[in-house]
Amino acid sequence: MGYSFLSLVREALRGQTGWRPAWRDAAPKPAYDAIVVGGGGHGLATGYYLAKEHGLTNIAVLEKSYIGGGNTGRNTTIIRSNYLLPGNERMYEKSMQLWEGLEQDLNYNAMVSQRGVLNLYHSDAQRDVYARRGNAMRLHGVDAALLNETGVRKLYPWLDFDNARFPIRGGLLQRRGGTARHDAVAWGFAHGADRLGVDIVQNCEVTGFRISGGAVQGVETTRGYIAAPKIGLAVAGSTSRVAALAGLRLPIESHVLQAFVSEGVKPLVDGVLTFGAGHFYVSQSDKGGLVFGGDIDGYNSYAQRGSMPVVEDVMESGMAIMPAIGRLRVLRQWGGLVDMSMDGSPIIDRTPIDGLYLNAGWCYGGFKATPGSGWCFAHTMARDEPHFINSALRLDRFATGAVLDERGAGPTPNLH
Amino acid sequence: MSRLASGGLIDRSLSHRFAFDGRLYNGHPGDTLASALLANGVRLFGRSFKYHRPRGVLSAGPEEPSALVELRGGARREPNTPATTIELYDGLEATSQNRFPSLGFDLLAVNNLLSPLLSAGFYYKTFMWPASWWEKVYEPLIRRAAGLGRAAGLPDPDHYDRAHLFCDVLVIGAGPAGLAAALAAGRRGARVVLCESDPLLGGRLLAETGEVDGMPGADWAAHAEAALRDCPSVTILRRTSVASVFDHGSYVAVQRVADHKPQPDPHEPRQREWRIVAKRAVLAAGGFERLAAFSGNDRPGVMLAGAVRTYLNRFAVAPGKSAVVLTGGGDGWRTVADLTRHGVPIAAIVDRRREISPEQHKLAAASGAWLHLGAKVTGTRGGPALWGVDIAGADGVPRFVSSDLLAVAGGWNPAVHLTSHLGGKPVWNEAACAFLPGALPPGMAVAGAAAGTFALSAVLAEGAAGGAAAAEAAGFSGPAPSVPQASDAAIAPTPIWIIDGGKQKAFVDLQHDVTLKDIALAHREGFVSVEHLKRYTTLGMATDQGKTGGVAGMAAMAALTGRGMAETGTTLHRPPFTPVAIGALAGHHRGKDFRPARLTPAHRWAAEQNASFVETGPWLRAQWFTQPGETDWLQSCMREVNAVRGSVGVCDVSTLGKIEIAGPDAGALLDFLYINTFSTLPVGRVRYGTMLREDGFVFDDGTTARLERDRWVMTTTTANAPRVLQHMEFVHQVLRPDWRVAFISVTDQWAQFAVAGPRAREVIAATLDPGENVSDAAFPFMACGSFTTLGGVTARLFRISFSGELAYEIGVPSAYGDALARRIMAAGAAFGITPYGLEALGTMRIEKGHPAGGELNGQTTAIDLGMGRMMATKKDFIGRAMAQRPALRDPQRPTLAGIRPLRPQDRLRAGAHLLAKDAPSTIAHDAGWVTSVAFSPSLGHWIGLAMLTNGPARHGEIVRADDPVRGGSVLVEVVPPCFVDPEGARLRG
Amino acid sequence: MRIPCPHCGERGNDEFVYLGAAALTRPAADAPAEAWHSYVYLRDNPAGLHSELWQHTHGCRRWLVVARDTRTHAVFSATDAAV
Repeated sequence: MGYSFLSLVREALRGQTGWRPAWRDAAPKPAYDAIVVGGGGHGLATGYYLAKEHGLTNIAVLEKSYIGGGNTGRNTTIIRSNYLLPGNERMYEKSMQLWEGLEQDLNYNAMVSQRGVLNLYHSDAQRDVYARRGNAMRLHGVDAALLNETGVRKLYPWLDFDNARFPIRGGLLQRRGGTARHDAVAWGFAHGADRLGVDIVQNCEVTGFRISGGAVQGVETTRGYIAAPKIGLAVAGSTSRVAALAGLRLPIESHVLQAFVSEGVKPLVDGVLTFGAGHFYVSQSDKGGLVFGGDIDGYNSYAQRGSMPVVEDVMESGMAIMPAIGRLRVLRQWGGLVDMSMDGSPIIDRTPIDGLYLNAGWCYGGFKATPGSGWCFAHTMARDEPHFINSALRLDRFATGAVLDERGAGPTPNLH
Repeated sequence: MSRLASGGLIDRSLSHRFAFDGRLYNGHPGDTLASALLANGVRLFGRSFKYHRPRGVLSAGPEEPSALVELRGGARREPNTPATTIELYDGLEATSQNRFPSLGFDLLAVNNLLSPLLSAGFYYKTFMWPASWWEKVYEPLIRRAAGLGRAAGLPDPDHYDRAHLFCDVLVIGAGPAGLAAALAAGRRGARVVLCESDPLLGGRLLAETGEVDGMPGADWAAHAEAALRDCPSVTILRRTSVASVFDHGSYVAVQRVADHKPQPDPHEPRQREWRIVAKRAVLAAGGFERLAAFSGNDRPGVMLAGAVRTYLNRFAVAPGKSAVVLTGGGDGWRTVADLTRHGVPIAAIVDRRREISPEQHKLAAASGAWLHLGAKVTGTRGGPALWGVDIAGADGVPRFVSSDLLAVAGGWNPAVHLTSHLGGKPVWNEAACAFLPGALPPGMAVAGAAAGTFALSAVLAEGAAGGAAAAEAAGFSGPAPSVPQASDAAIAPTPIWIIDGGKQKAFVDLQHDVTLKDIALAHREGFVSVEHLKRYTTLGMATDQGKTGGVAGMAAMAALTGRGMAETGTTLHRPPFTPVAIGALAGHHRGKDFRPARLTPAHRWAAEQNASFVETGPWLRAQWFTQPGETDWLQSCMREVNAVRGSVGVCDVSTLGKIEIAGPDAGALLDFLYINTFSTLPVGRVRYGTMLREDGFVFDDGTTARLERDRWVMTTTTANAPRVLQHMEFVHQVLRPDWRVAFISVTDQWAQFAVAGPRAREVIAATLDPGENVSDAAFPFMACGSFTTLGGVTARLFRISFSGELAYEIGVPSAYGDALARRIMAAGAAFGITPYGLEALGTMRIEKGHPAGGELNGQTTAIDLGMGRMMATKKDFIGRAMAQRPALRDPQRPTLAGIRPLRPQDRLRAGAHLLAKDAPSTIAHDAGWVTSVAFSPSLGHWIGLAMLTNGPARHGEIVRADDPVRGGSVLVEVVPPCFVDPEGARLRG
Repeated sequence: MRIPCPHCGERGNDEFVYLGAAALTRPAADAPAEAWHSYVYLRDNPAGLHSELWQHTHGCRRWLVVARDTRTHAVFSATDAAV
């Protein structure tokens, strides 16, 4: 049954008893035409677009636990396409365009909400850096507006304009940016992929690869061997571990990024705000909680927890621009594992092993890319070559020097 | 009035007047807002999140899901505060929340009628058409309806403190287990920190009637507290909740220092964050009673049976006039006994069991209650308050009992939360019928109810043993601790999860309105993993984090899947244990105190010169110096530039990083750090150098002077000063530990000024002590040396120029910085010496084409900046290998160029992109960007530096600078990046 | 986290700056490009024991080699990188 107001009303009249599972909990078949490893947003989106755009329906998405349980379910839900470098911007903008029609496409309300993303700046030099980025976005045909202090005051009059250590001088606004309901993105892609025949296999962990003649043959899993001529990895956070099973060593470190949600309050923060003189970004969920975060903890970790100094840094930065949130309470905090790539940008590419593809290195910003990443990865897997849109997100860029270093921070992941 | 005539831990001699929703009431010291309102007969406290159903008080502690209020008003308004945790004070004001127009009449209660439609996750299935309506129509409605209380919306007027504690044993919770543990550890001399969230020590001892060591529990707690005060190594923190556990024995606790007052005393923080490092910890956090899921279980008047005892015994409040007790076993009978003892009539006792003990029969008889064995509650009746309970007897016959209080004894959840903060998963224990701590954080032990032990005698023994063992592990041995004695017997856990039957909603999450039907729907739709269940239904995600209802939700799912509780599992408890104010975690770091501001030694001098300061990283630097009559920064800046180029100016450059390097291998280190060679630099000379990162991109630049054979001083950019030092330490300690070299930052030790302009030499000569020779012959361009000034103060002099003029930098120990500034001004008075700021400095460096922040952005190579030929070929240096990568040597890379507007009146802006003159405005035609701009008073028009594809080959070409975000497009001519005195005649003058 | 600095004693991780894997050897100046690519960019990134560089920036300023389990954060040793 499709999801709509009418179906909801019809079900209301019979106690919501007619619904079926949002996706089938499939058992793995012995062989598929393609396998996507990782049932997070990116993996599910890849499965969906492989089926929808490339007609590959005899495929499976394998998830070691339950779908959407990694970073898809533990991020700050921000969507935006406000990148500087063309190699990044065209992929994130593709993603934004997919977000804009996603719910109708998937028949699932992922609450994509374009209430604007505002990056505050605090100095003339920072304004000019943002102007460069905003202008690059405009050359891409993407919306960007550079606000002065008055413009920011109109949107957020209660920010600390008058007593700040780093006064707010203005901001770069992408009005089409905003948020989406993170869990629903995973469920929506699962729902959409399932309707196209994709098998979504939960509790199925990949434990090895069969490779012969330089080409991948299939995967060993906790639910047995599964053969497939094309295998795509979309396991951010665990990329190095899984890739090592195939003998690959990658330009990636796993780090912890913490995030926080406050108790619910009536509407306070309309869009997404980021602080330019500290690590802090915030939005308010439709349920009313402030959802916010800051910098990564900055050391290799596979433990899904952070340390206190970063917690304090985030709260201090929050209070620095929003002294009105002092009495709001942090309800929950959590840590997610992120793939920090060596230049701060992702990788969607083939690997040196034929038939094995890599989608990785999303740093702290993979959520916004979910549809675009899936779309590009599906293309790369189906056609065995990157689309123009992800043609700069190559694995060999570190060897050639064509790195995508948005911040100019160099090959130190915790500086990106 | 529901206040009992006697008893309780309240001070009846004093009265506190307080207001709830504008109505005035009286209470006593020792009350919570909840107990005081209950004492005044108030039953309706709030409205639920989704259906806006009337809600009362369920609990007597921080687990409260329903009785949430906005506490205080104005800038101190604090939404979502559980009335059960608010200590009453005189003048307290609280308001109900999430209702309109009033608590009694709430328009959004219409949602309750729509509840068949508003099932779990309904929003994922609708609001999709038309797409544009989400932001415009649906979402604004949802956002307004959601949320709970209102944030103050004004800057928090109070301040918050942060403090550190180190201890041997941290005891979390001062109930019977915690007190026994703290006593056992403290008596051995261990440094003990005892944290208790309540203002009183004692925990359940304050709420129950059991005796310890022959005295009432509350009295024993007071004795224990006195004994702890006699242990000099014990610190007691009341009103302090341990919020989270971090690695390696690190804990964060938040102390509510002044929350029990209308506002903090002068200079008193409202709350204090304690960072505690403990060798060992004993978790004695107790337990939370569960609410069973049954038809109508959310009506105000339904209360946890243990909370009923708390109100009776601790607060001397009868939470009802006539009670029904629902229990699955022995625990509810304690409530029967206490109600009877306090003279509260019991209309009925509903025990799920068919057989009870003789003592319980006696209690039932004494209470006069109608006893229903093997029975269940099938519904509740009433509006915003309970007035009756529907019961189905063992015979199936429905009965109705009038009652305004339904005490529910559903069983207890051990407070295992803190054991999960490092990832330990609670483990289902069939005997305890509860999730018990799984893998514990290293160094932590669990005692008492938190470990699933509920009999008081066993709790005390476990606490004492736990405290002694923790002290032992921390190095404090001693005899076995004396165990406080109690004589109660263990009560077999007989939980009630779900009672079927009945037609009303049965809630498993009172705040988020999650019902058994929602769990069934989640199951039907495939959201069966506990994490999916939580996320789909929002079970346990409310402010109470599911402390009372969560496990019943898991039980419901376990029943639906037939998998049992152990396999179903529970979600991981995330920090914090109870919600924590953001302000408390930020401490004093807000407003101007967010980060320290670094001031140069001559800051006061600059302020006296009417400087406007600007934040540059941590520093405040003079941006320009406004003179009388100047109305615009550009006026000031132009005057300053003209003064330097025409006569002489002085600029405080103390913020530049300064690193002093000594040792025989200093030259080798510098050769390794810089792309060019330094080891050949003669003593008394300065050289400009550029550093790369190991990936071949430019890291930093600056000059390094050779003061003596083995003593050098390096300057770095202001922004990179800390990172350059760190980088050098890495290179030395990790890559080249054999080199005999040492270095240290002296940025703070030296105040430094640039004196620039045609008259600079005369000013420097007059600044130095008499007799110093700074003639061009004695002290040529790029010379350095040691002189004296201010009557014998060492001065380091460098003849270097950023402005392109004849210029010097002179440094003195920072204590003399202010004096030197004044001395330079006096020495230059005859030439009209002019202080100049960052803007003039920037203008002159752009006129000279020196790269700075806009060009040294971490994305450019030495070749990009026109310094390719500086890269030595005969030595290894950091970044050398990676700079050879093809993409870094691509001739099409954007390269440093100058630009000037074709029409002299046009303004340039940094951040504009460069495109071929007639190219369409698309990214495919992007050819670079403008990095820095300035209005050049020397040339009379704007000039700029840019990174332009194949820049050097395009001098003379007209390109377009597009700046759509500021609405401008300007035609510019590409020129060499040096605009003034390209031959450098002036600086050698 | 707490890191046992061999010079200063156990300190909170906010006193330290993290760089990354310690088990990397800087190639010779004339080493092939692949060796440099591997040194600058490729990482084992193990889930388990990791030998890594931390600087006690707000203490003795020494670079330390810390052996730590990336799954549990347990620290096994911390030694001066230059010694």
